[in-house]
Amino acid sequence: MTNTSSIDIEYVANLARLDLTENEKKKFSAQLEEVLKYFERINEVDVTDVEPMAHAFPVFNVWDEDRAEEGFTVEEALKNAPAKRDDQIVVPKVVE
Amino acid sequence: MSDLFYKTAGELSGLLVKREISSWDLTQAVIERTKAVETKVNAFLSYNEAAALKQAKNSDERIARGESRGPLEGIPVGLKDIIAVNGEQLSCGSKILEKFNSPYDATSAINLKNAGAVLWGRLNMDEFAMGSSTENSAYQVTSNPWDIERIPGGSSGGSAASVAAGEAILSIGSDTGGSIRQPASFCGVVGLKPTYGLISRYGLVAYASSLDQIGPFARSVEDVAILLQAIASHDRLDSTSIKVDIPDYRTVLKQEDRRWKLGVPTEYFSDGLDKEVGVAIENAIKFFENNGCEIVNVSLPHTELAVPVYYIIATAEASSNLARYDGIRYSHRSDRAIDSIDLYFKSRAEGFGEEVKRRIILGTYVLSSGYYDAYYLRAQKVRTLIRQDFIKSFEKVDALLTPTSPTVAFKIGERSEDPLSMYLSDIYTISLNLAGLPGISVPCGFNSDKMPIGLQVIGKPYCEAEILAIAHKFERSHDFYKEHPKL
Repeated sequence: MTNTSSIDIEYVANLARLDLTENEKKKFSAQLEEVLKYFERINEVDVTDVEPMAHAFPVFNVWDEDRAEEGFTVEEALKNAPAKRDDQIVVPKVVE
Repeated sequence: MSDLFYKTAGELSGLLVKREISSWDLTQAVIERTKAVETKVNAFLSYNEAAALKQAKNSDERIARGESRGPLEGIPVGLKDIIAVNGEQLSCGSKILEKFNSPYDATSAINLKNAGAVLWGRLNMDEFAMGSSTENSAYQVTSNPWDIERIPGGSSGGSAASVAAGEAILSIGSDTGGSIRQPASFCGVVGLKPTYGLISRYGLVAYASSLDQIGPFARSVEDVAILLQAIASHDRLDSTSIKVDIPDYRTVLKQEDRRWKLGVPTEYFSDGLDKEVGVAIENAIKFFENNGCEIVNVSLPHTELAVPVYYIIATAEASSNLARYDGIRYSHRSDRAIDSIDLYFKSRAEGFGEEVKRRIILGTYVLSSGYYDAYYLRAQKVRTLIRQDFIKSFEKVDALLTPTSPTVAFKIGERSEDPLSMYLSDIYTISLNLAGLPGISVPCGFNSDKMPIGLQVIGKPYCEAEILAIAHKFERSHDFYKEHPKL
């Protein structure tokens, strides 16, 4: 782990598709620096040959019977859309 | 009949079936109570009296026909605003979902309806369940009913405070790192986080999917058992839901004479533990020792690493889960965007609050190229070690006794500018989520400021019945559950 890592907040915010104000960048950088320093503690323990654990219990693929069921009506599916027209969601122009 | 709103579901269901009271009267009493104290407590984001009374009327009609659906029939149950109910708001305490109206029911909501419960209100929470004080709600700060200058705990602060204040008989919340047990402890009520997979997460808005669980709040252990019975079920709509035999929790409570072997993890009694909290927990341990139980010291050596491991894994999962709030199909859409990519940046910037942004940034960072192995992968390995600690100690004991939180409820504003100190307040609860274990917080005393203290009982996987019975044994020999805050 890089001990010198100053978090590149602009790079990370771009990955997260999240605009941050100058104030937020400054504040988060300082706070996250402190939190990351605390995270270094996980290096205190030897994890050689330890399996990583993504879930508390072994999870296997779960299959369900293939059968037709009622889904949302168009009205239900679109009721929370921020902009809609002709039963479709309106989005900003994507192609020129 | 006075103070219906402070009776337990167990008592009330008896009165309802004998038709000494009606669900209409009970629901009306809860509504009146809510109106009387809500200006101080602020537990609810919204509630709908007419809808509640309509459900109460339906309950009364079923009871009159002799078709009661069980002990929850006609009982008002509050829901944390992160659990979907068809046709109701689902804001998760966030501006980004301010206008969201759920088009479907969570499985736990369906289970509650099938049990005849009166679904009552949308309860306040930290935005997307990220927080330990409910101060991160985008809408309001909820107060602790025992001292309105203090926080109720979080993230299910509204769920805990409403039950403590008599604004609901029961409630449900969700627990990712302690979000049921810690507020239950701070508000002097009982709260249970079940084993991962016991309750369907379908319709629970995701924060950290490998850690999230829904669970019950109540003013007695028996009531927690009643509510757990209703919501625990296998569900094909949640692929992590587990098929397991579900006992009759209310019946198995009565194991007063069983000589439990109880472990006390030494790591949970270190420097950070408040003195008065420590004394209350020691007294609880002595109670078990004096009442036929064997107390065994055990060691969970990786306890201190649980906080960094949790905040790496939880924020990583959150940064992925919260990518769905993009302002396209639903959620807040900015009207200042210049193109489609900019729409994501601005909608998310306008919709998310500070703590959510902080965790998205942190989670994105630990998953980013060059840091993934050092943080995320390593944290997953340490998670394995944390679980092994528990497995080893459970070879020797039936359950573990610990404090729920190192302190009592703190003052509003006290930690809100210091994320790390807020994160550290979860030290005793988060390991259970990492290991998938069940835990219950039961009131075990008050400090000198008359603030409640909670005892946590940790169980083996799917051993909810055992920890309920242990908590019940303690509760019935003490009077803490009889006390209510003065509002």
